[in-house]
Amino acid sequence: MSQLTTNIGALTLKNPVMTASGTFGYGIEFEDLVDLTGIGGIIVKGTTLEPRQGNPYPRMAETAHGMLNCVGLQNKGADYFCRNIYPKIKDIDTQFIVNVSGSSPETYAECAAMMAELERIKGIELNISCPNVRQGGMAFGTSCSGASSVVKAVRAVYPNTLIVKLSPNVTDIAEIARAVEAEGADSVSLINTLMGMAIDVERQRPVLSINTGGLSGPAVKPVALRMVWQVFEAVKIPVVGLGGIMNATDAIEFLLAGARAVEIGTANFIDPAVTVKVVKGINDYLDRHGYDRVENIIGLAHKQ
Amino acid sequence: MNEKIKKHILDLSVVRMCELSPGYFEIHLISACGTIPEMHPGQFVQVRVDGSPETFLRRPISVNLLTVDHTELWLLVHAVGAGTKALACLNEGHTLNLVGPLGNGFTLPSSDEYDTHPLLVGGGVGTAPLLFLGQELSQRGIRPTFLLGGKRKSDIMQLEHFQLLGDVALTTEDGSVGERGFVTQHSIWHTDAFTQVYTCGPKPMMVNVARIAHEQKIPCEASLENMMACGLGACLCCVEDTVEGNLCVCSEGPVFDTSKLKWI
Repeated sequence: MSQLTTNIGALTLKNPVMTASGTFGYGIEFEDLVDLTGIGGIIVKGTTLEPRQGNPYPRMAETAHGMLNCVGLQNKGADYFCRNIYPKIKDIDTQFIVNVSGSSPETYAECAAMMAELERIKGIELNISCPNVRQGGMAFGTSCSGASSVVKAVRAVYPNTLIVKLSPNVTDIAEIARAVEAEGADSVSLINTLMGMAIDVERQRPVLSINTGGLSGPAVKPVALRMVWQVFEAVKIPVVGLGGIMNATDAIEFLLAGARAVEIGTANFIDPAVTVKVVKGINDYLDRHGYDRVENIIGLAHKQ
Repeated sequence: MNEKIKKHILDLSVVRMCELSPGYFEIHLISACGTIPEMHPGQFVQVRVDGSPETFLRRPISVNLLTVDHTELWLLVHAVGAGTKALACLNEGHTLNLVGPLGNGFTLPSSDEYDTHPLLVGGGVGTAPLLFLGQELSQRGIRPTFLLGGKRKSDIMQLEHFQLLGDVALTTEDGSVGERGFVTQHSIWHTDAFTQVYTCGPKPMMVNVARIAHEQKIPCEASLENMMACGLGACLCCVEDTVEGNLCVCSEGPVFDTSKLKWI
């Protein structure tokens, strides 16, 4: 058995496999189907200061080797999370990270400050990359100044591990990563979904209610892997990799590209127990190649 | 509500495939351990369809029947899309991977309600969960009435099973069996008094059934089938606009009291 522990800033994960926001609820939805304590970290769904109804139905379209969604950050708000969800998850032995979103630097910061009060939430993932909301979301994540403004506001009030989730819908993702690093982010996670669309040829209309949505699933994996590779070379802070990971081999590719941890998203819909299988697969790989710690393979593909 | 029923990831074997009429398939599944876990009428399973990038996500299929002895699970599939067409091609002995049971099923009358006279209204493949519901009602000593409809006679399936459980009224749009027209036009609405309506089928049909039930002041539950991805209440893709805001059909439904829906 190899050592699977990994660190993201001050946050220690028992293994490098987390669940991606919006694909695993609060974890408890999956507790009959997978041992939650076998997962390195659970990133709970996007939470905003105020409750949000999200976009109208239909919000989902299946595409080749993937899916589009335009949920639009439906959630019951930070206060509901603190009062009703946190008590249900706080005693589960894994790291819970809250994905925080907002419509202005101030609302991001206020939401983050509320999460800082929760003892068992040792980190947040700042969502500056949601493609499905008109205000905020990706609007911040597609320019260095926008990204910096949010991270700066949150960093001022949030002392724990701050991961910033980056959008792939940019010309140069490394530039955005450097901008958030400069504002004191502890880590970057990438990628959020790629903007896409699908058209119903019988109805001759877009399938999704707001026309466009975010593409996820194995269709995006090569793009995600390339961006993790580039960002690893651009910043010193830890990189968390995600985008289309379906199995241990996919996850190991991300680790070799430089990710200190990975997130599994859409694959949870196909196999609700995929996370623990990926953990086992990473362990088997390390054993097979004679590595005693997962740390030994992070970024290894960059070396000659 | 039946949130307490444990969810499972199951590998079941196809023991029988029957094409009931063109495009409609009854799939009988068994478990290697002999017993299939508890399920409730109105719940569904998420079926893995292998083989093609186009059938990437699981397909939500309602439980057609769990036999009383829990040895067989039946699914009724109408082969219309890539996923259901792939399921229709399964052979006996094939293993099917399911996640379930999921969602909340129909509310069953308590055993002390003696004058219960439920009407179960189904259209097309939407009759599927009503067979399981009818069996459960029958087990509780309640004789339900079924009102089943389709475009033509070949859309009415499993009639012999429904007839064993209760009275059956039929409608077809072409009049090839039963009364001509839609289920909402059947004379039974005027001749019989019902205490509860349960419905599953195309949304326009369910909306009209709910309206009639509402006019007649009969409580009504409907089973919805919005497009979904996870089936577990995590992705929030399958929401229905309700008086309580957007609710997940997969985890807060698929069965809803129609007074909660913005249909009437």
